[in-house]
Amino acid sequence: MIRNHVVSRASNTSLSRRRLLQAGTAAGGGLILSVFLPFPNHRSQAAAEDGFAPNAFVRIGSDGQVVLTMPYVEMGQGTYTSIPMLIAEELEVNPQQVRLEHAPPNEKLYANPLLGVQATGNSNAIRGAWKPLREAGATARIILVAAAAARWSVDPASCRAQDGEVVHPPTGRRLKYGELATEAAKMPVPAGVTLKAPADFKLIGTPAKRLDAPAKVNGTAVYGIDARPPGVKIATLAQSPVFGGRVKSVDDAAAKAVKGVRQIVRLDDAVAVVADHMGAAKKGLAALKIEWDDGPHANLVTADVARELERATLGSGAVAQSIGDADKAMASAATKIEATYQVPFLAHATMEPMNCTVHMRWDACEIWIGSQAVARVQAMAAKAAGLPPEKVIVHNHLVGGGFGRRLEADGAVRAVEIAKHVDGPVKVVWTREEDIQHDMYRPYWFDRISAGLNEQGRPVAWKNRFAGSSVIARWLPPGFKDGLDPDSTEGAIDLVYDLPNFHVEFVRAEPLGIPTAFWRSVGPSHNVFVTESFIDELAAAAKQDAVAYRRALLDKSPRARAVLDLAAEKAGWGQALPKGSGRGVSLQSAFGSYQAYVAEVEVSKQGTVRVRRVVCAVDCGTVVNPDTVEAQIQSGIMFGATAALYGEISLKSGRVEQSNFDTYQVLRMNEAPAIDVHIVKSAEPPGGMGETGTSAIVPAIANAIFAATGKRLRKMPIDAGVLKQAA
Amino acid sequence: MAFNIKVNGNTQSVDVDGDTPLLWVLRDVLGMTGTKFGCGMALCGACTVHVDGVATRSCITAIESIGSSAITTIEAVGATAAGAKIQKAWLDREVVQCGYCQSGQIMSASALLASNPHPTDSDIDDAMSGNICRCGTYVRIREAIRQAAQSTGQGG
Repeated sequence: MIRNHVVSRASNTSLSRRRLLQAGTAAGGGLILSVFLPFPNHRSQAAAEDGFAPNAFVRIGSDGQVVLTMPYVEMGQGTYTSIPMLIAEELEVNPQQVRLEHAPPNEKLYANPLLGVQATGNSNAIRGAWKPLREAGATARIILVAAAAARWSVDPASCRAQDGEVVHPPTGRRLKYGELATEAAKMPVPAGVTLKAPADFKLIGTPAKRLDAPAKVNGTAVYGIDARPPGVKIATLAQSPVFGGRVKSVDDAAAKAVKGVRQIVRLDDAVAVVADHMGAAKKGLAALKIEWDDGPHANLVTADVARELERATLGSGAVAQSIGDADKAMASAATKIEATYQVPFLAHATMEPMNCTVHMRWDACEIWIGSQAVARVQAMAAKAAGLPPEKVIVHNHLVGGGFGRRLEADGAVRAVEIAKHVDGPVKVVWTREEDIQHDMYRPYWFDRISAGLNEQGRPVAWKNRFAGSSVIARWLPPGFKDGLDPDSTEGAIDLVYDLPNFHVEFVRAEPLGIPTAFWRSVGPSHNVFVTESFIDELAAAAKQDAVAYRRALLDKSPRARAVLDLAAEKAGWGQALPKGSGRGVSLQSAFGSYQAYVAEVEVSKQGTVRVRRVVCAVDCGTVVNPDTVEAQIQSGIMFGATAALYGEISLKSGRVEQSNFDTYQVLRMNEAPAIDVHIVKSAEPPGGMGETGTSAIVPAIANAIFAATGKRLRKMPIDAGVLKQAA
Repeated sequence: MAFNIKVNGNTQSVDVDGDTPLLWVLRDVLGMTGTKFGCGMALCGACTVHVDGVATRSCITAIESIGSSAITTIEAVGATAAGAKIQKAWLDREVVQCGYCQSGQIMSASALLASNPHPTDSDIDDAMSGNICRCGTYVRIREAIRQAAQSTGQGG
């Protein structure tokens, strides 16, 4: 059960060595060993101040229980299974013996080495943890062995760690880790540790059972929305339907008369109904008569946003990458090809609607939430509550879908604003309609791209200028420098192809009247669609096979070429398909992983598209849990195919037009393609896998539609009207 | 007004309006949070429970419509033969990711298996297409249902 593995911990626990040791003693089961964890890129002030301080990632109790304070959250990507494998591999314990605790908010201790902030995103949990957590396990193992050797007065080299014990083979003596924990705590910590060679891995690279699965199949898993502090009331809300609007007037007489409704909370730009249960809160909400002042964006339509972005691509932008002389090469090219591409705003539509439970007291605030970024929740909630951050206690929970939505703290802020008016704890639950209409959206992007081909059809010039929102500029301001951020351009630069004259510019253009945020596969969600569709256009213009054309440009990218070859072979590339069907390929290097996808689609006479099969070849470096890698590819494909087929958030009169799963459709079981995954064996460091499928599948589908129909789709989502055959 | 409903074999008394959806009675009044809220309009299937063995969207099922029918939720479906097989297959096939929709998926799948021990792919599509999974676990859900159906065939 998840409750046995994951314990939510309050944020106000001191993390000093002394306090942890005391807490271990107080907990009764004996002393707790805290381990010094060497953390590259780790800027722990605690370590600096105490000189030789632990940072509390790993504790071993006298009962032998290994406790890992978990810096990343589980949102389906399998982190709760793969991270314990890293520690268990070096510590020589069964991963099932490793219990996880959500890390409390503390940027100094738990910052993700790649992001520099405490967050789970950008497919980097395994990439960030790969070295430090194996080192933590190895360090713990070495001092446990040292403790045993000291007790037996033998040379540590004559002892061995295995299955949670230290054994002394010459005498057959053995001691469990729990029996050694107290003494080990006093052992000197080795300055450096040697990690296992990949050939010696026992766990890494083998399929592991998900530790979070049992609780998720029997209904006991606890998500943020399941938090039930004693006396909790349930609230739901209506926010200004136009972003930036305000409440003009509220008639709440009918709402107050609803059985179970306790209170109406009026805010500047939202109204909440507080009730005994969500049924009463929703009924009360429906009975409210709210007049809105729509504010400055009352007439906004999506076309306005697109027009602004298109205009932005006509100017100049920040140069993201420039190789050779693209202008000169373009001028002398035999053929010039130009295109514009557009991708829409998208909602996250996590299955667990946005929610947050808050108990405001006069001097403190307690929060129950499922978040990808608890430190951000703490900081922003503190500001909203008018309290110092240390007075805000955050209990993190399982995340019922993140996809970037739960990197934001807007929901926690809103819940605090409501809770300030409520006595006792209140759980604020967004209806699905509010969740979709008050998301923070995947940005709309507009791309202007061109290439010059030589006589043989090979690209000699490549130019791309695209405009859209920089989420980093808002979310992590130091990450936006000189008009650029690393996310917006990923997938548009550092291409795997040999392109001698290459010039890419980014124009940051923030849309007014609609908030933007990270969305699964972030920058590549748009860049890979554009570049992989456009390279397909070049192949078609050169009258060459789409795979062969790409392959000829991959002399400098052997890993990319290997996945392309493998996908083409496994997909039966080049074999005939029935009329109306087609195969499309995409090749992607993003998040540290290489992938090639071949999608097979069927396009009906009415223009409806059915994705039948997807063949994937993946090189994600060292594989920690192959079952999770396969699951994430399957998942990313469904998520990306949903976006390609249906995904669009549009604005009319400043309002989001979509509201629930009828107007914001999601791929269903009867539409799901078959998926074949082929993983390339590799000793490279692990690459990210949580997002890669989402960006890679979209151009594969678009290119397959081109193969099936001859129609090039340069705007997502797929418009059946364009593909419909004349009667 | 007060209603007596039979949930997982226990009779419970709740005092709510008659049009209150069963979902909120389960989650907020009785504190049984295994059944999930997803859409409130029977579009996603996250709230699926069994009413007299039939897969039912609790988010649009008024409490006053239930009468003496027996309600089974994810918390007790493992006590049924089909539910136990489905839950085991879900673990064997490593279906879950974020897991939020899986209570509803398992309730739909176990109702299918109880009424149709050997579903075809088309039967699976019909029974399961009302349940959305945003993590896209459909490939494994289908495999798990097939596995559970095979164990039915072996008399397990």
